[in-house]
Amino acid sequence: MALSFMEGNEALARGAIAAGCNFFAGYPITPATTIFNSMLKMLPPKGGICVQGEDEIASMGYCIGASMAGKKTLTATSGPGISLYSEQVSFAIGSEIPLVIADVQRLGPSTGSATRGADSDIQFLRWGSTSGVPVIVLAPKDALDCYILTVHAFNYAEEFRCPVFIASNKEIGMTKESFDLDSATLPPIVERKMFSKDIYLPFEAEQDAAPPFLPIGGKTLVRQTSSTHGPDGYITIDPEVIAKNQARLRKKIHNARKRITLFEENTKEGTDTLVISYGVTSRAVEDAANTLAGKGKPVSTLTLKTLWPVPRDLLLEKTRQFKQIIVIEMNLGQYVNEIRRVLCDKKVNFYGQMNGALISPEKIMEVIENE
Amino acid sequence: MNSYLNKTRPPVYCPGCSHEKITKGLDKAMANLNLPADKTVIVTDIGCSGLFDTFFNVHALHGVHGRALTYASGLKLADPELNVIVTMGDGGLGIGGAHVLASCRRNLDLTLIILNNFNFGMTGGQYSSTTPTDAIAGSGFLNHAEIPLDICSVARSAGATYVARCSSLDAGLAEKIAGAIEHKGFSIIETLGMCTGRYTKKNKLTPITLDQMIMDLPEACGVIKKNKRPEYGERYRALAKERTTFPKAPVFEKKMTLEDYQRQEVVILGSAGMRIVTAGDIVCYAGLYAGMNVSMKNDYNITVLRGQSVSEILISPEKIGYAGIKSPSVILALSDEGVLRRKKIFATLSPDAFILKEKSVTIPETCANVLEIDFRKLKIKKQDWALASLGVMAKKGKTINKKMLDHALKSRFNEKVYLLAMEIIEKISKV
Repeated sequence: MALSFMEGNEALARGAIAAGCNFFAGYPITPATTIFNSMLKMLPPKGGICVQGEDEIASMGYCIGASMAGKKTLTATSGPGISLYSEQVSFAIGSEIPLVIADVQRLGPSTGSATRGADSDIQFLRWGSTSGVPVIVLAPKDALDCYILTVHAFNYAEEFRCPVFIASNKEIGMTKESFDLDSATLPPIVERKMFSKDIYLPFEAEQDAAPPFLPIGGKTLVRQTSSTHGPDGYITIDPEVIAKNQARLRKKIHNARKRITLFEENTKEGTDTLVISYGVTSRAVEDAANTLAGKGKPVSTLTLKTLWPVPRDLLLEKTRQFKQIIVIEMNLGQYVNEIRRVLCDKKVNFYGQMNGALISPEKIMEVIENE
Repeated sequence: MNSYLNKTRPPVYCPGCSHEKITKGLDKAMANLNLPADKTVIVTDIGCSGLFDTFFNVHALHGVHGRALTYASGLKLADPELNVIVTMGDGGLGIGGAHVLASCRRNLDLTLIILNNFNFGMTGGQYSSTTPTDAIAGSGFLNHAEIPLDICSVARSAGATYVARCSSLDAGLAEKIAGAIEHKGFSIIETLGMCTGRYTKKNKLTPITLDQMIMDLPEACGVIKKNKRPEYGERYRALAKERTTFPKAPVFEKKMTLEDYQRQEVVILGSAGMRIVTAGDIVCYAGLYAGMNVSMKNDYNITVLRGQSVSEILISPEKIGYAGIKSPSVILALSDEGVLRRKKIFATLSPDAFILKEKSVTIPETCANVLEIDFRKLKIKKQDWALASLGVMAKKGKTINKKMLDHALKSRFNEKVYLLAMEIIEKISKV
């Protein structure tokens, strides 16, 4: 086994290339800049396009345009950039434009700390658009995950024709680490479903699926619009047509919830405590669980890699046997609200930290032992 | 004559609105140029100009206010064969000013038609970035305290290669639009028009006054010679084509086996310019060649050659989970500002931890082993202190050994730099 050694951000870029990404537009921001740097080195030799927009809003607009011409697009930013992306992300959600967006999170609010990590944006990514239509958010825990989950992100973006976020963190993106890149198992690549019938209505779709795609610039004329539209892509005020489309935008993602639930579990025999976490924090949780097992006080762990849509069935199933649930997050309590909502009859304890430092395994053990 | 107008969706403007003239002018221009419908896209944003995409049988993208040029740029970069025509009102111009400037500078082959009718027609005639100071607009007195924007002059100074201005009632409108579309590079054509639903209700505007306004403004009638340069897409593709080498991920083959190697934590405390990050990389490479797992976090200021530079390295036979430092096994204390940044860790050290301290550096009280080295006396330059310290670590068998270090240096540096590095390592090893 030979190891590679790179930042999570570079691993994410390599995942994008493996997924067939051929367009990147972004704007520099710490701690996400090295994704842009990597794509600038990797895309031109592959015949892909990599540009720096005049700002974040423009970068997202370039990605939208390129995606509508059939490209597989990536952009990367951090919390302040996600704020600026918001209006364009709403467009991409409502008008079913495939995009992958890497959010290398830093400590907020606002400009916050450029070089300090936190899982600041977990609710923002889900709700930072108008309408409340669901999006997909994946959370890597290390560089290897950045590589693999980016391929999943592209697959989901293509299949569901929606923006997919990768909720990375400064502590993953800018930490260099060793991992076995060559033996990573990547999912098979999913390509956008193309329209192949006679009369093309750009938004005509099965009731729980994304519409088949045709690119702007192809033989068949295509309409794309940010306005409320019917299957023909023209503005509509017909309540039935609107309701049907709104329902479909939800269903296409929620009905596939089980299939897009990615996670890792470490269930230990005879334990009554389950510690749920995600992202970089789950590494400290694993360390804490191993130490506790050595002390004869084992706990089980569940690491979520799909945060949105909320893996409801997984949470219900995996927590059933446990008396005590503890959620640990690198913020003051964002995702724990979803877990409490799903596990409404269970007591869910929480520890969060938002000070620019990683949560240590010692702190997590203290939390577990004090419960 | 061939027409692209969508018969099922005729223009729906207020009576007398000059947008209708521009719709017909654009159609005629496209027909004159015989643009293939399947290789033409109209990109619009919000407002009355945002209705344009529905009137034509070509590809269409209608998006968020002020951002039309961003989608247009993405489309054109992705498909250079597309004829990309953008319509935008004075509202979109105000909101998306940054994109207009960037498009002028970049010179990607897009055509921007600005439909300037001096106010926000759709929301009640509020003032925009082009409303004359003395006009009566829907925002009360607010426009009386501002001046309107002359976008043609701005575009010229922003590097646009084609800038034209005309009345939307101009008999030669179609030819003028065609001229802008034909131009290879970014072209702007500003049309001055009448918003009969709002603006002209309180402001006297006639075909003659529109012509007079154009006469009073600096001339803008096409190619800007001083800005002439290659089209961006072609330039981009030529430059990108020269980048032929894909950067493969470096792979570190295990070259040796270490017995009883325990998890090591190394913290290098220095300053910018001391090649701290390079030294950190070398320690990691050394670990990798011994088949270990490694991780490295760096902490430095955004400024170059100023401020602290700290590298935190973990080397472990086990997979690394938590990547924070708990209790370092080795600290290289090479500058005061680096030490200040991590002064709390000195209290966490165990008695068998090893500290290499440069003579001039002050460190907090500690129970660890401290070796003081006077690099200055040894005539080792400050930028090489971190590297020399690795030589000391290898000699003493702290975290790395000589063989590991040798493999790491060979991998990190080219031969010339490797030999220079070895000179320093040998110099310090003799002390």
